[in-house]
Amino acid sequence: MAGAEKRKAGGLDVAYVAHLARLHLTDDEVALFQEQMEGIVHYVEQIGALDVEDVAPLSHTVSVSNVWREDEPSPSIDHSKVMANAPEEHDGLISVPKIVD
Amino acid sequence: MDISGLTIRQASDMLSSGACSAFALTTALLQRIADVDASIRAYASVDTAFALEQARAADDARAKGKSSPLLGVPIGVKDLLNVEGQPCTCSSKILKGYTAPYDATVIARLRDAGAVFVGRTNMDEFAMGSSTENSAYQVTRNPVDVDRVPGGSSGGSAAALAAGEAVATLGTDTGGSIRQPAAFCGCVGMKPTYGRVSRYGLTAFASSLDQIGPMTHTVEDAAILLQVMAGQDVMDSTSLSAAVPDYTQALQGDLRGMRLGLPKEYFVDGLDDEVRASILQAVETCRDLGAEIVDVSLPHTEYSIAVYYIIATAEASANLARFDGVRYGQRVTSGRDPVEMYGATREAGFGAEVKRRIILGTYVLSSGYYDAYYLRAQKVRRLILNDFEKAFASCDALLTPTTPTPAFRMGENTGDPLKMYLSDVFTATANLAGICALSVPSYETAAGLPVGLQILGPALGEEQILRVGHAFEQRRKVEA
Amino acid sequence: MAYETTIGLEVHVQLKTRTKMFCGCATGYGEAPNSLVCPVCLGYPGAMPVMNREAIRLTVVSGLMLGCEIARWSKFDRKSYFYPDMPKNYQISQYDKPLCLGGGVSIDLEDGSEKTIGLTRIHLEEDVGKNTHFGSSSGVDFNRAGHPLMEIVTEPDIASPHEAYAFLQTLKQILLYAGVSDCNLEEGNMRCDVNVSMRPVGSPELGTKAELKNLNTFKGVFHALEYEQQRQSALLARGECVVQETRRWDPERGETSSMRTKEDAHDYRYFPEPDLLPVVLDASQISVWGEDLPEAPRARRSRFAQEYDIPAYDAGVLSADRDVADFFEKAVSAGGSAKAVSNWIMTDVLRVLSETGRRVSDLPLTADALGGLTKLVEDGAVNMTGAKKIFSVLVEEGGTPSKVLDDLGLAQVSDTEALERMVDEAIAANPKSVADYRSGKAAAAQFLMGQVMRLSRGKANPPIVLEMLKQKLDQ
Repeated sequence: MAGAEKRKAGGLDVAYVAHLARLHLTDDEVALFQEQMEGIVHYVEQIGALDVEDVAPLSHTVSVSNVWREDEPSPSIDHSKVMANAPEEHDGLISVPKIVD
Repeated sequence: MDISGLTIRQASDMLSSGACSAFALTTALLQRIADVDASIRAYASVDTAFALEQARAADDARAKGKSSPLLGVPIGVKDLLNVEGQPCTCSSKILKGYTAPYDATVIARLRDAGAVFVGRTNMDEFAMGSSTENSAYQVTRNPVDVDRVPGGSSGGSAAALAAGEAVATLGTDTGGSIRQPAAFCGCVGMKPTYGRVSRYGLTAFASSLDQIGPMTHTVEDAAILLQVMAGQDVMDSTSLSAAVPDYTQALQGDLRGMRLGLPKEYFVDGLDDEVRASILQAVETCRDLGAEIVDVSLPHTEYSIAVYYIIATAEASANLARFDGVRYGQRVTSGRDPVEMYGATREAGFGAEVKRRIILGTYVLSSGYYDAYYLRAQKVRRLILNDFEKAFASCDALLTPTTPTPAFRMGENTGDPLKMYLSDVFTATANLAGICALSVPSYETAAGLPVGLQILGPALGEEQILRVGHAFEQRRKVEA
Repeated sequence: MAYETTIGLEVHVQLKTRTKMFCGCATGYGEAPNSLVCPVCLGYPGAMPVMNREAIRLTVVSGLMLGCEIARWSKFDRKSYFYPDMPKNYQISQYDKPLCLGGGVSIDLEDGSEKTIGLTRIHLEEDVGKNTHFGSSSGVDFNRAGHPLMEIVTEPDIASPHEAYAFLQTLKQILLYAGVSDCNLEEGNMRCDVNVSMRPVGSPELGTKAELKNLNTFKGVFHALEYEQQRQSALLARGECVVQETRRWDPERGETSSMRTKEDAHDYRYFPEPDLLPVVLDASQISVWGEDLPEAPRARRSRFAQEYDIPAYDAGVLSADRDVADFFEKAVSAGGSAKAVSNWIMTDVLRVLSETGRRVSDLPLTADALGGLTKLVEDGAVNMTGAKKIFSVLVEEGGTPSKVLDDLGLAQVSDTEALERMVDEAIAANPKSVADYRSGKAAAAQFLMGQVMRLSRGKANPPIVLEMLKQKLDQ
């Protein structure tokens, strides 16, 4: 497939991708996944063999548009249920470790 | 009361005739679960008090004149459908402690019809797997042979039926997760047309592929359950507006006048000999029932697993991003800032298979790779859909094996993710094309292992595939 | 070497809808935290978005007001990044098929000329929650999460902080005219990200840009840009390079500083939102939504100057606010001369509005009443002093001018017999002023005039009195 060589050279970097996905992995996991993923990526690259130049991508098998609702309010859920699910709270806010930009 | 093997139809008849109460039926079912589930582990959790409370309410409603085919009928629910006030773990540690504040639309519909939710069935974590070995909590065994897997990801829903500890269950199917375990456990499983059943309240794995469907002892039960589940929902923009036909009306007669196609790409190397023999025998039965059998071709089938794993994991990588320990579920706060909290929470909360798929899905969407993987996969997806449209132009339904092999042994595929993925080869195409599909038990192997006959129908062709499945099922029962 | 500044803006505007973009939760400001939330806007497992039609309509209306091309086929995409205030850790936004393309905003430059700032696009997305920071933790309120947010992206056409400021003011005026947003900056209805770079004058290529965040006021944008312009030109003058980075504006310290950015900051992994179907707008739908489009403020300003023959400045003031402009036109059509009505609004009405903080639509004074009052003055039924009294009553209590005129007994006396008696009385009582006048002090007539007005309790018709006085004194 076009550009396949280039991608392989750049390739799948499990550590980078795991960071994008906010997944901590141990070094052993990175090594294991790197090996497994390369096999899987190699397998899925077979779609590169097809000529799909003139094929429109398919996002939905449902061919409908403009599915919308009117601007009418519906009930929110009870604050207590929201807080019961929240791991930590602070004065009605959902608490998280300090956000630093 | 022996409830093992009890169908919805039988239960409904018993309840409406007054032969037993919903309370008695539910009590008997709970007893059966208590007796057998320790060795099967089909249920992730059972809320006895909640089940009995609903059963009592069903009895009260009947006393006041309410009637419905599902009134008082106990149903097992896959542990990724939200039921208000109940846990919804998706068999993942990351949702430990989460209580659903709302009902999924299918749950609300079944609740209105008077169904009794007895318990939550085990599954592969976030529906990612084909064996139910990926549950963070327990491994479910195949009741037919406890050394074998029940299939997945709706393995708990299938095993509960096969072990006689459910009348009917709900599963979800993204690439075969209803049909494959139904085939492995010898029950009926249906993936409706994409959009036929609302996905609202189904914890999403791959949004453009997921569907909720019935898992039952009989095709008739599948029709009864689907009847209540199907229909447009304002909460799911992708749900279809088409009117819901009377599915039980479709279960009539033989197959005269029907044209059934055999796609040659589903009868290739790698198909187990006994499975092949079983399906070809089923095809002959269908011919005998009056169907015309024709050969068809779905030439892009060989790309389906590649396309499926790109699209499904890409969507999953976004769908599972919300599990971050902020608003619900398990939080691991080793970190000083949210970034560290995310990493630690998701490291501890997700199992290996989920992590693999998040990584693959993130990769195929990442900068510089989107066109080569995701966009290209969407284009090939259209080719796969075109194949089906062409085939259905000349056939009412297609007959294929549901799986290439009967249930495999526990641990057999766990070390090789790609090999596990390839076991979805006959089922993932229906999800990619958005069409409907049904798996019904075919002739067993010599060792007595179930084999699934897959009946594929066009979009909104549920009536056709139910008719084929029902006719085949009835003939096979007579033969047996 | 001389450098020029290139600025591009991304303006986020909260749309005025009753409910959120993808769920039925009410939009509201200042409610108890985490009270306007549901499974959808909290990103709970299994929840799904459904588009709010009104948000799409308001975006299309904005696009039409700003001269954009409205996309016939548009879609939503997922934009992935992790942040505690973002419930799903992806934002539903629009990537390559936004609702509106192109368009522009004409602004007035300081030298009086006009310049058009081009728009790249307008797309629709969902807002995030709001963070509050404490000692070692932060707290998130998700009430704002899911509020419809329109992002207006400009071309890099803006050449100075002044132009950026003028652009934002003009844009705000247009959006308020269109009624698509409250544009309340305190409530965060309009927020701005800025890209700024410098390049040698005449260079075809853009310089390395800095992205400025945390700009919640137009003044803030102006000052941050002035600071950044100086910082970057100083760097370039020293032969150093500008680093491409995101910088935070600190309004207290009056400077920008580099934000900790990650190498993956822009790897958003966009892909089409599978839970939403495309938006397809045909010409008839677009024209239905465009039917009630108001005249743009600029067009109205020119028309006011021409049609009503008032100074350009006055036309600008009167057309600045759509309600005031409507009020003006309605008052004129109720009978007042445009100049007189304009004077009333420019001096009295706007003063009352700024003193009370009210909107013109909230005043008990109606446009019809102001028009009627103006007409009374022009017909000589009341003099200006009386009219001001009537205005005060109308502004506080409402009512019709003629009724107030009667109630206050302010009807102007034009009856010559009655006036003549008063003029005679004033002349008789002030011989010194009479003498002064006759000896050439014209100002003495004004004093005598005042005496007559006093005798009439302000009701005398001044031109008639003056005429009479002159006649009698000149005899």
